[in-house]
Amino acid sequence: MKFKKVLALAMVATMAVGALAGCGGNKDDKKESDAGKVYYLNFKPEADDAWQALAKEYTKETGVEVTVVTAASNKYEETLMVEMGKSDAPTLFHVNGPVGLNNWKDYCMDLSDTDIYKNLTSDDYALIDNGEVKGIAMAIETYGIITNTKLLAQAGYSVDDIKGFEDLKRVAEDITARSDELGFAAFTSAGMDDSSNWRFKTHLANLPIYFEYQAENETSTDAIKGTYLENYKNIFDLYINNSTCKPTELSGKTGDDSESEFIDGKAVFFQNGSWEYNNVIGDGKLAAEDVTMIPIYIGVGDEANQGLCTGTENYWCVNGTADEKDIQATLDFINWCVSSDEGTTAMANDMGFVIPFKDAKETENVFVKKDAEMLAAGKTTIPWSFTTIPSETWKNDLGSALNAYAGGTGTWEDVEKAFVDGWATEYKAANQK
Amino acid sequence: MEKAVRKYWPIFLLPTAAAFSVGFLYPFIQGLYLSFCSFITIDRATFNGLENYKYVLTDTSFLHSFWFTALFTVIVTVLINVGAFALALALTSKIKASNMFRTIFFMPNLIGGIVLGYIWQILLNGALSILEKPLLALDETYGFIGLLILMCWQQIGYMMIIYIAGLQSIPDDYIEAAKIDGATEGQILWKIKIPNVMPSITICMFLSLTNGFKLFDQNLALTGGEPAHASEMLALNIYNTFYGRSGPQWKGYGQAKAVLFCIMVIAISMLQLKATKSKEVQQ
Repeated sequence: MKFKKVLALAMVATMAVGALAGCGGNKDDKKESDAGKVYYLNFKPEADDAWQALAKEYTKETGVEVTVVTAASNKYEETLMVEMGKSDAPTLFHVNGPVGLNNWKDYCMDLSDTDIYKNLTSDDYALIDNGEVKGIAMAIETYGIITNTKLLAQAGYSVDDIKGFEDLKRVAEDITARSDELGFAAFTSAGMDDSSNWRFKTHLANLPIYFEYQAENETSTDAIKGTYLENYKNIFDLYINNSTCKPTELSGKTGDDSESEFIDGKAVFFQNGSWEYNNVIGDGKLAAEDVTMIPIYIGVGDEANQGLCTGTENYWCVNGTADEKDIQATLDFINWCVSSDEGTTAMANDMGFVIPFKDAKETENVFVKKDAEMLAAGKTTIPWSFTTIPSETWKNDLGSALNAYAGGTGTWEDVEKAFVDGWATEYKAANQK
Repeated sequence: MEKAVRKYWPIFLLPTAAAFSVGFLYPFIQGLYLSFCSFITIDRATFNGLENYKYVLTDTSFLHSFWFTALFTVIVTVLINVGAFALALALTSKIKASNMFRTIFFMPNLIGGIVLGYIWQILLNGALSILEKPLLALDETYGFIGLLILMCWQQIGYMMIIYIAGLQSIPDDYIEAAKIDGATEGQILWKIKIPNVMPSITICMFLSLTNGFKLFDQNLALTGGEPAHASEMLALNIYNTFYGRSGPQWKGYGQAKAVLFCIMVIAISMLQLKATKSKEVQQ
């Protein structure tokens, strides 16, 4: 009897220890420092290591604790929602533009009196809502058609031959006609898989949206007209009919397929952006001198002076609901990142960003250099108007329609419907109260 | 021992009860409350009454997903259970290497849904492109069939193990006695084996029914809801509502759909349990 009692008590004790173990520990972390602390929820997984190192460097220099947490790829919004609900919420986070800001407006403090805003080179890189600076771009990026100049030369052309949509079409169709003899295609596969279709439903769609805004003299709209959809069709047709595979196979092609086709020299043109620099250039890949970027011509406007598409989807926002001390610590930290020698060097070299601040360091990225070169030559940069797209659903529906069109199961009218009607419905859906 | 248990039962029960409350009850009740709110983060929700439910009941995409899911669940439940039972019958008869076959059939179940989805996407797209048919993401019917194939391939092995256990627990004397009485193979199957494995049928039906209804990973990876939301099942529809648009009202709509979804799953599985339980026999 006694033994059984002891046994029962022993079991109870074991369970209790197990249950209570979770409550222990952590006591030491709670010491509040007077300097405040920074909690940065990072958006770019590829820059995680560099941020961790930079945060350590900053802590060593100033003693301020900086925590950097990186959300998994494509899971930023989910992670941010969860983290913001906690008592130790992020003090520094990202939004992707005016539409993303819609979710987080109440949390973003006005940054107009801060040092980092004063360091910004242009107001174009601030996210301004009702006169308040809610976000500041921390990196700017460029996209266009990445071109393999070596292959282009083999086909008998150079980038100087391409000055507009008509030239691009002529060159691409000529390469397709001789593809058996040349051994490569004009375009990499325009993959319509989720990992790749943003290049068309978002980045390529930027052009008809931008030109319509230009023509209508507006910067955003509640109902798009689709004036330049015919041009959108022309460029998309050019992509899908002159690529490495049949249009019907595109729905299964991924971003990786497209990238490796370009690296392996199976195609001359690859629509993508400056962030691809480390992926396409390097040992065992392509040489920097063989690769350049040309504007995406769709046959609208002054094509001779058209530049690359440059803008940002990376705005830093400071959590206004955080503790006063933590806000100050965060502002000091981000300003240090973009103005100190260590900070700017890390951002330019380790992360490969071009930052829109006065003390920015130059990077080696050929695509970014090309953009600067074109700007100096007086070409007009095309901004990222796609940040005004009313919702993720609009992009997905357009992607589906493009996919069905390429695969032959849908018509171009469906694409137009997704583009024009979808915009109106989605705008209403996103702005209803 | 028994006395000790009677005396100390709260200490045994409390840790589990506490974990259950923290991990399940509390989030469930909060989720229920949030379905009446619009919110971005859960600590700052604004109550808006029945607005969310009103919207959800008029949302045609939700209705489409419901019918798509219901049809899928019915077909997949039948296919999986018939397939698994047939395999179990084959592998309990005396054939060579039946243990090896059991292992092989069980294996697909060890691979995660997302991975399986992508593997089958490549396989099926390869087959469809040879046949010159539209690929999975372009055609609702092929997407539907693709999902069926994938789910059967993944689940049959698992259910088979449960059926094998059920078949093996039938006492040999029953079957022997029936044979002596001159029962045919068919009669043995229908009159003895099936009534005696009813408990296994209950479990397998329950698992395949709820798995089919709650399917998410495989749907996301195989078709992603393409074309134009046509192959979007309920769970994916909820996910897309929640994250597809910005603004606090959409989180509320998604939450309301999730609550309705939960009620549906509970109701359907209760009905099924009741129906099959009543057919179970005592050995």
